[in-house]
Amino acid sequence: MILQFLWAFLVGGAICVIGQLLFDVAKLTPAHVMSSFVVAGAVLDGFDIYDKLIEFAGAGATVPITSFGHNLLHGAMAQSEEHGFMGIAVGIFQLTSAGISSAILFGFIIALIFKPKG
Amino acid sequence: MITKDNYKESIKPYQGKPPLVKNCMKAFIVGGLICVFGQALTYFYMYVFDFTEKQAGNPTVTTLILISALLTGFGVYDRLGSFAGAGAAVPVTGFANSVTSAALEHKSEGILYGISTNMFKLAGSVIVFGTVSAYVVGLIRYTIQQLL
Repeated sequence: MILQFLWAFLVGGAICVIGQLLFDVAKLTPAHVMSSFVVAGAVLDGFDIYDKLIEFAGAGATVPITSFGHNLLHGAMAQSEEHGFMGIAVGIFQLTSAGISSAILFGFIIALIFKPKG
Repeated sequence: MITKDNYKESIKPYQGKPPLVKNCMKAFIVGGLICVFGQALTYFYMYVFDFTEKQAGNPTVTTLILISALLTGFGVYDRLGSFAGAGAAVPVTGFANSVTSAALEHKSEGILYGISTNMFKLAGSVIVFGTVSAYVVGLIRYTIQQLL
Protein backbone atom coordinates (compact mmCIF):
# COMPACT_ATOMS: atom_id res chain seq x y z
CA MET A 1 0.00 0.00 0.00
CA ILE A 2 2.85 2.40 0.89
CA LEU A 3 4.52 1.39 -2.37
CA GLN A 4 1.32 2.20 -4.25
CA PHE A 5 1.39 5.73 -2.80
CA LEU A 6 5.03 6.10 -3.79
CA TRP A 7 4.35 5.04 -7.39
CA ALA A 8 1.31 7.33 -7.56
CA PHE A 9 3.51 10.22 -6.42
CA LEU A 10 6.37 9.45 -8.79
CA VAL A 11 4.33 8.73 -11.92
CA GLY A 12 1.79 11.52 -11.30
CA GLY A 13 4.62 13.96 -10.60
CA ALA A 14 6.50 12.86 -13.71
CA ILE A 15 3.45 13.45 -15.94
CA CYS A 16 3.16 16.95 -14.46
CA VAL A 17 6.86 17.59 -15.17
CA ILE A 18 6.26 16.73 -18.84
CA GLY A 19 3.46 19.31 -18.78
CA GLN A 20 5.75 21.87 -17.14
CA LEU A 21 8.42 21.29 -19.80
CA LEU A 22 5.78 21.88 -22.49
CA PHE A 23 4.90 25.17 -20.73
CA ASP A 24 8.45 26.43 -20.26
CA VAL A 25 10.45 24.94 -23.12
CA ALA A 26 7.88 24.52 -25.90
CA LYS A 27 6.00 27.68 -24.72
CA LEU A 28 2.60 26.02 -25.04
CA THR A 29 -0.49 27.46 -23.34
CA PRO A 30 -2.33 25.46 -20.65
CA ALA A 31 -5.18 24.75 -23.08
CA HIS A 32 -2.68 23.32 -25.60
CA VAL A 33 -0.99 21.17 -22.98
CA MET A 34 -4.26 19.82 -21.55
CA SER A 35 -5.61 19.04 -25.04
CA SER A 36 -2.38 17.30 -26.07
CA PHE A 37 -2.42 15.22 -22.89
CA VAL A 38 -5.97 14.05 -23.53
CA VAL A 39 -5.03 13.08 -27.09
CA ALA A 40 -1.91 11.32 -25.75
CA GLY A 41 -4.04 9.38 -23.26
CA ALA A 42 -6.39 8.21 -26.00
CA VAL A 43 -3.52 7.19 -28.31
CA LEU A 44 -1.64 5.36 -25.53
CA ASP A 45 -4.84 3.54 -24.65
CA GLY A 46 -5.21 2.57 -28.29
CA PHE A 47 -2.03 0.51 -27.85
CA ASP A 48 -3.19 -0.78 -24.43
CA ILE A 49 -0.26 1.00 -22.78
CA TYR A 50 -2.27 3.24 -20.47
CA ASP A 51 -3.94 0.29 -18.72
CA LYS A 52 -0.54 -1.05 -17.75
CA LEU A 53 0.44 2.34 -16.38
CA ILE A 54 -2.73 2.44 -14.24
CA GLU A 55 -2.08 -1.08 -13.04
CA PHE A 56 1.15 -0.11 -11.39
CA ALA A 57 0.79 3.63 -10.73
CA GLY A 58 -2.87 3.69 -9.61
CA ALA A 59 -4.01 7.27 -9.03
CA GLY A 60 -0.70 8.48 -10.47
CA ALA A 61 -2.20 7.54 -13.85
CA THR A 62 -5.93 8.03 -13.19
CA VAL A 63 -5.75 11.55 -11.71
CA PRO A 64 -3.84 13.33 -14.55
CA ILE A 65 -6.00 14.55 -17.44
CA THR A 66 -4.47 11.88 -19.71
CA SER A 67 -6.84 9.38 -18.09
CA PHE A 68 -9.73 11.39 -19.56
CA GLY A 69 -8.61 10.36 -23.06
CA HIS A 70 -8.09 6.81 -21.86
CA ASN A 71 -11.61 6.66 -20.39
CA LEU A 72 -13.17 8.12 -23.55
CA LEU A 73 -11.65 5.35 -25.64
CA HIS A 74 -12.43 2.64 -23.07
CA GLY A 75 -16.11 3.54 -23.02
CA ALA A 76 -16.19 3.63 -26.82
CA MET A 77 -14.51 0.24 -27.20
CA ALA A 78 -16.74 -1.42 -24.59
CA GLN A 79 -19.91 -0.31 -26.39
CA SER A 80 -18.53 -1.16 -29.83
CA GLU A 81 -18.32 -4.78 -28.71
CA GLU A 82 -22.08 -4.74 -28.16
CA HIS A 83 -23.37 -2.35 -30.81
CA GLY A 84 -20.67 -2.56 -33.45
CA PHE A 85 -19.58 0.55 -35.32
CA MET A 86 -22.30 2.77 -33.80
CA GLY A 87 -21.18 1.77 -30.33
CA ILE A 88 -18.10 3.98 -30.60
CA ALA A 89 -20.27 7.09 -30.52
CA VAL A 90 -22.69 5.58 -28.00
CA GLY A 91 -20.04 4.67 -25.44
CA ILE A 92 -17.56 7.50 -25.80
CA PHE A 93 -18.88 9.48 -22.81
CA GLN A 94 -19.96 6.51 -20.74
CA LEU A 95 -17.02 6.41 -18.34
CA THR A 96 -16.26 10.12 -18.40
CA SER A 97 -19.80 11.33 -17.79
CA ALA A 98 -19.32 11.42 -14.00
CA GLY A 99 -16.32 13.71 -14.40
CA ILE A 100 -17.90 16.02 -16.98
CA SER A 101 -21.28 16.30 -15.30
CA SER A 102 -19.79 16.92 -11.86
CA ALA A 103 -17.44 19.56 -13.30
CA ILE A 104 -20.48 21.29 -14.89
CA LEU A 105 -22.65 20.93 -11.79
CA PHE A 106 -20.10 22.02 -9.19
CA GLY A 107 -18.70 24.73 -11.46
CA PHE A 108 -22.18 26.15 -11.94
CA ILE A 109 -23.07 26.07 -8.24
CA ILE A 110 -19.75 27.59 -7.18
CA ALA A 111 -20.10 30.33 -9.81
CA LEU A 112 -23.56 31.15 -8.43
CA ILE A 113 -22.43 31.30 -4.81
CA PHE A 114 -18.96 32.83 -4.92
CA LYS A 115 -17.75 36.21 -6.12
CA PRO A 116 -14.88 36.27 -8.62
CA LYS A 117 -11.52 36.93 -6.98
CA GLY A 118 -8.67 39.02 -8.34
CA MET B 1 10.33 45.95 -37.64
CA ILE B 2 7.98 44.04 -35.42
CA THR B 3 5.09 42.47 -37.26
CA LYS B 4 2.49 40.01 -36.12
CA ASP B 5 4.50 37.13 -37.55
CA ASN B 6 7.89 37.80 -35.99
CA TYR B 7 6.52 39.18 -32.71
CA LYS B 8 7.30 36.04 -30.74
CA GLU B 9 10.87 35.99 -32.05
CA SER B 10 11.50 39.68 -31.55
CA ILE B 11 10.45 39.75 -27.89
CA LYS B 12 12.56 36.71 -27.06
CA PRO B 13 15.68 38.63 -25.92
CA TYR B 14 13.57 40.62 -23.46
CA GLN B 15 11.87 37.62 -21.88
CA GLY B 16 13.48 36.24 -18.77
CA LYS B 17 14.40 32.59 -18.85
CA PRO B 18 11.97 30.60 -16.69
CA PRO B 19 13.70 28.87 -13.75
CA LEU B 20 13.24 25.51 -15.42
CA VAL B 21 14.53 23.15 -12.73
CA LYS B 22 12.71 24.97 -9.94
CA ASN B 23 9.44 25.03 -11.91
CA CYS B 24 9.74 21.32 -12.71
CA MET B 25 10.42 20.48 -9.06
CA LYS B 26 7.34 22.43 -7.97
CA ALA B 27 5.20 20.79 -10.66
CA PHE B 28 6.54 17.35 -9.70
CA ILE B 29 5.86 17.74 -5.97
CA VAL B 30 2.44 19.40 -6.20
CA GLY B 31 1.25 17.14 -9.05
CA GLY B 32 2.57 14.10 -7.23
CA LEU B 33 0.86 15.09 -4.00
CA ILE B 34 -2.48 15.60 -5.76
CA CYS B 35 -2.13 12.05 -7.16
CA VAL B 36 -1.26 10.73 -3.68
CA PHE B 37 -4.39 12.41 -2.38
CA GLY B 38 -6.35 10.77 -5.21
CA GLN B 39 -4.84 7.41 -4.26
CA ALA B 40 -5.90 7.96 -0.63
CA LEU B 41 -9.44 8.78 -1.80
CA THR B 42 -9.48 5.60 -3.94
CA TYR B 43 -8.48 3.50 -0.91
CA PHE B 44 -11.07 5.34 1.20
CA TYR B 45 -13.87 4.40 -1.22
CA MET B 46 -12.50 0.85 -1.54
CA TYR B 47 -12.28 0.09 2.16
CA VAL B 48 -15.15 2.17 3.58
CA PHE B 49 -17.72 1.62 0.82
CA ASP B 50 -16.41 -1.74 -0.44
CA PHE B 51 -15.97 -0.52 -4.01
CA THR B 52 -13.63 -2.34 -6.37
CA GLU B 53 -10.66 -0.35 -7.63
CA LYS B 54 -12.47 0.32 -10.95
CA GLN B 55 -15.70 1.38 -9.20
CA ALA B 56 -13.76 3.70 -6.90
CA GLY B 57 -12.53 5.67 -9.93
CA ASN B 58 -15.69 7.72 -10.48
CA PRO B 59 -16.29 8.83 -6.87
CA THR B 60 -12.58 9.67 -6.58
CA VAL B 61 -12.67 11.92 -9.65
CA THR B 62 -15.97 13.47 -8.53
CA THR B 63 -14.56 14.24 -5.06
CA LEU B 64 -11.42 15.77 -6.55
CA ILE B 65 -13.55 17.92 -8.85
CA LEU B 66 -15.74 19.08 -5.95
CA ILE B 67 -12.71 20.04 -3.85
CA SER B 68 -11.07 21.79 -6.79
CA ALA B 69 -14.26 23.75 -7.61
CA LEU B 70 -14.55 24.83 -3.96
CA LEU B 71 -10.90 25.88 -3.78
CA THR B 72 -11.37 27.82 -7.01
CA GLY B 73 -14.34 29.61 -5.43
CA PHE B 74 -12.20 30.60 -2.46
CA GLY B 75 -9.43 31.75 -4.82
CA VAL B 76 -7.00 29.17 -3.44
CA TYR B 77 -6.61 27.00 -6.53
CA ASP B 78 -5.52 29.89 -8.73
CA ARG B 79 -2.77 30.69 -6.25
CA LEU B 80 -1.75 27.03 -6.28
CA GLY B 81 -1.77 27.22 -10.08
CA SER B 82 0.60 30.17 -10.21
CA PHE B 83 2.91 28.39 -7.77
CA ALA B 84 2.89 24.89 -9.23
CA GLY B 85 2.21 25.52 -12.94
CA ALA B 86 1.58 22.20 -14.65
CA GLY B 87 1.49 20.48 -11.25
CA ALA B 88 -1.91 22.10 -10.73
CA ALA B 89 -3.05 22.19 -14.37
CA VAL B 90 -2.42 18.60 -15.49
CA PRO B 91 -4.39 16.68 -12.81
CA VAL B 92 -8.16 16.44 -13.29
CA THR B 93 -8.48 19.15 -10.63
CA GLY B 94 -7.00 21.56 -13.20
CA PHE B 95 -9.84 20.67 -15.57
CA ALA B 96 -12.42 21.47 -12.87
CA ASN B 97 -10.53 24.67 -12.06
CA SER B 98 -10.68 25.83 -15.69
CA VAL B 99 -14.45 25.20 -15.80
CA THR B 100 -15.15 26.95 -12.50
CA SER B 101 -12.83 29.90 -13.00
CA ALA B 102 -14.19 30.59 -16.50
CA ALA B 103 -17.72 30.48 -15.08
CA LEU B 104 -16.82 32.79 -12.17
CA GLU B 105 -14.96 35.23 -14.37
CA HIS B 106 -18.03 35.87 -16.53
CA LYS B 107 -20.57 35.85 -13.70
CA SER B 108 -21.24 39.57 -14.11
CA GLU B 109 -22.65 38.94 -17.61
CA GLY B 110 -25.51 36.88 -16.18
CA ILE B 111 -26.32 33.26 -15.55
CA LEU B 112 -27.07 32.30 -19.15
CA TYR B 113 -24.76 34.48 -21.25
CA GLY B 114 -22.12 34.73 -18.53
CA ILE B 115 -21.76 31.53 -16.53
CA SER B 116 -23.29 28.95 -18.86
CA THR B 117 -21.91 30.25 -22.14
CA ASN B 118 -18.35 30.71 -20.92
CA MET B 119 -18.03 27.67 -18.67
CA PHE B 120 -16.25 25.59 -21.33
CA LYS B 121 -14.20 28.40 -22.76
CA LEU B 122 -10.96 26.61 -21.77
CA ALA B 123 -12.16 23.10 -20.96
CA GLY B 124 -14.08 22.85 -24.23
CA SER B 125 -10.90 22.31 -26.20
CA VAL B 126 -10.02 19.38 -23.93
CA ILE B 127 -13.39 17.73 -24.57
CA VAL B 128 -13.31 18.41 -28.31
CA PHE B 129 -9.77 17.10 -28.80
CA GLY B 130 -10.40 14.16 -26.48
CA THR B 131 -13.59 13.14 -28.24
CA VAL B 132 -12.22 13.51 -31.76
CA SER B 133 -8.99 11.63 -30.99
CA ALA B 134 -10.76 8.89 -29.04
CA TYR B 135 -13.23 8.50 -31.91
CA VAL B 136 -10.47 8.23 -34.49
CA VAL B 137 -8.40 5.80 -32.40
CA GLY B 138 -11.56 3.83 -31.58
CA LEU B 139 -12.48 3.62 -35.24
CA ILE B 140 -9.01 2.37 -36.18
CA ARG B 141 -9.05 -0.23 -33.41
CA TYR B 142 -12.55 -1.34 -34.29
CA THR B 143 -11.61 -1.73 -37.95
CA ILE B 144 -8.50 -3.74 -37.07
CA GLN B 145 -10.50 -5.96 -34.71
CA GLN B 146 -13.05 -6.63 -37.46
CA LEU B 147 -10.34 -7.50 -39.99
CA LEU B 148 -8.47 -9.90 -37.71
